[in-house]
Amino acid sequence: MRMWAQSHLCQEQRRMSSILAAAFALVFLILGASQSASAIPAFARKYGLRCSACHESWPMLNFFGQKFKDNGYQLMNDRDAPIWQNPSYWPVTFRMTPIWHRVSTNKNQVDGVDGLGADEAKISSSGFDLSGLDFHTAGTLEKNFSFYLLPSSDSTGAFHFETVMARLDNINGSPWLNLKLGKFELDNLLSEKRILTLTGNGGIYQLYHFIPLHDGNVFGQMGDNQLGVEVMGHSYNDRTRYSVALLSSNDGTTQLPYGSESYSTFITGSQAFDAGRLGVQRLGFYVMAGEAPTSWLTNNGVPIPGSGTENKGYSREGFVGQFYFGQHLDLQVVTQHGEDSAWFGQGYGDLIDGVATLNNTPGGPGLPAGSRNPTWNGVLFEPHYVVSPQMILIGRYETIRMSQQSTPGSPSNAGNISTYTTGFRYNPFMTSRAGFAYHGEYNWFHWDGASPVTNTNLTSSELLFGFDFAF
Amino acid sequence: MNNLKPMRCIGASLFAALMGLLFLAGFVSGASAQDTPDAGPKPSLVVKPMESHIDNITGHAANAKSDYRRYCAGCHGDYGDANGENAVWLDPKPRNFTLATFKCRSTLTGTLPTDEDLYNTLVRGIVNSNMPVWNTFTKQQRADLVAYIKIFSPRWEKEKAGEPIKIPAEPPVTIDSIAHGKALFTKLECWKCHGPHGEGDGPSASTLTDSQDNPIRPYNFALGKNDSRFKCGSTNQDIYKIFMTGVDGTPMPSFADVIQPNDAWDLVHFLRTLQIHRHGKENEVLMSAHGVIPPYVDKNPAPAAAPADNKAPGGGQ
Repeated sequence: MRMWAQSHLCQEQRRMSSILAAAFALVFLILGASQSASAIPAFARKYGLRCSACHESWPMLNFFGQKFKDNGYQLMNDRDAPIWQNPSYWPVTFRMTPIWHRVSTNKNQVDGVDGLGADEAKISSSGFDLSGLDFHTAGTLEKNFSFYLLPSSDSTGAFHFETVMARLDNINGSPWLNLKLGKFELDNLLSEKRILTLTGNGGIYQLYHFIPLHDGNVFGQMGDNQLGVEVMGHSYNDRTRYSVALLSSNDGTTQLPYGSESYSTFITGSQAFDAGRLGVQRLGFYVMAGEAPTSWLTNNGVPIPGSGTENKGYSREGFVGQFYFGQHLDLQVVTQHGEDSAWFGQGYGDLIDGVATLNNTPGGPGLPAGSRNPTWNGVLFEPHYVVSPQMILIGRYETIRMSQQSTPGSPSNAGNISTYTTGFRYNPFMTSRAGFAYHGEYNWFHWDGASPVTNTNLTSSELLFGFDFAF
Repeated sequence: MNNLKPMRCIGASLFAALMGLLFLAGFVSGASAQDTPDAGPKPSLVVKPMESHIDNITGHAANAKSDYRRYCAGCHGDYGDANGENAVWLDPKPRNFTLATFKCRSTLTGTLPTDEDLYNTLVRGIVNSNMPVWNTFTKQQRADLVAYIKIFSPRWEKEKAGEPIKIPAEPPVTIDSIAHGKALFTKLECWKCHGPHGEGDGPSASTLTDSQDNPIRPYNFALGKNDSRFKCGSTNQDIYKIFMTGVDGTPMPSFADVIQPNDAWDLVHFLRTLQIHRHGKENEVLMSAHGVIPPYVDKNPAPAAAPADNKAPGGGQ
């Protein structure tokens, strides 16, 4: 009886899902068929090139797009200077993504029989949602003077400045010398700002943000835009590239909230090779190293912004490979070895934002005996299958393994991360006016020992579908 | 837990339906979006088995179909007819591959260019147009694209590429060669289009059209600095080729039957002096002569005298 009822119920649900499916079909077909190409993305409109000329699949750059970016958003012909454009031309692009997604996390802190916040429970939720809004404006102010301004909001409309930079391009007529000042994306060959995936955990590269469990260092996040100055250069055909950046150790936060003399550096170099029918292959390296404060003056117990001292060091370094296997298949690889000072490892660091819990004041408790620099190793594989210029299949696997815990005796795997993401993007049209993609994606994320109460393994998954558009 | 099973049933059905619908909607709307609404769908393009040969690399048209769509079709059109969605906005207009008429060649006027000529255009780009430098491609990609653009015109099946012209060694730059070049500039009436000072403002300039009846401007030598702004290459040899091969599809003729190789070199030397912001040996020679080009004295005067009128080129600085 129960089985019959369940079967009957399932039939009812199937009927309901068929109705829902039909409704979805109608919405998708209507919206898909009524796409207007009247709006114009900034660069494509300026140069009359399709999105696909610069993007393997937007927003991910191909080598031609990378060279365009390295030249200061210039093709290096007569069309670069604003004087060539209609005076009403505004280099503006909006990007936002309405989505449906389902998120599930196995262990969330909840109230329970053992007290407030003393239990863990699985929470799964789904529904329609919005991404944040990116409001890109970028291009040239004059030949060889480029800029990028990106006010960006979260899905509630709260804005911040994601990117604000001006750049002197081709100084003294040489592509080997370009100078950028402001808040900008670090020169990551595999750019997180141009990532093809959108889920909460799959929409970032874990490798670019990793810190060990209970670590207080938020300053070494390669995936976040940083404040500083960057010198970069490249060969005429962009096969050889280098960049050196001096950054404030503040993770891109304005108003000098941390130490007065805490800086980091980000250095990259890469070389590309012509491999005939396989395509262009690129190999490179990166090093991010610096120091950041652990000690703060306080007023009535509240840390004073800008008063950070007792700088401690950290580093992340690794190799990057961009391998192409003909016209359809490519593999992006990033490795990382990371190390934080034992002080960060024990929870000192960003006291201003409350990330760290300890203040390294003179006479304070100091480091627990035996504390060590936490170290880890990670690797990221991201294959793409480009079915056509309109369709790409995406995969990614990242794993990060602790090689040394800061606290002796801690479980060796605590803080390890494994995650995979798979998805597709399909562009129903290709023009130089606007970008639109049907986006589907699934991410699975596993974090050892990270559950909030029991310190057991945390697992999360997310399924997402959406219309990603820019104009 | 049992009450979760129907929910899973809904969820599974919904996810499957969503995936299928995304693809279905995408392909349906995508197909319609790629067709030209008022022209109706065009017949599918047959990629002929064309080849190109660049050094030891053989390009195959079939391998470039995706790259052509990705990089080229927005301007040159899916059918190579210069009717991409951007073409209407561009000036100068993109090349119409169905005509197989190319500006930058090493071959005589009216003939097909060599594979290297087309390949070099991809490598070099065309600085005063929307055609970028495609030097991030592999050589093989470029060779494949050269083969691909041959599928659009039957000329490539019926004719062979022309023979590249022979370019003699460049003679030394002297004030006499510059003076002779200036005299040729007058005699050949280059100034009628390019203007007396090479600024593209000759009396005929405003009337010029290309073979597709699009307005076309004669080259302004005075613009630019050390960067070359010549569309077919930056070296003196490239300028020499322009005289001898002409720029097919434009009013710029070939002078191969009119002037001798040494005359052409003298003309090159004079034209370089019209690039008044350029630092080069021609302007150095001119400056050492105090910026004055002396009158050319023809030691073997030809029967027809050069026209002398007050619109003749001024030259010099």
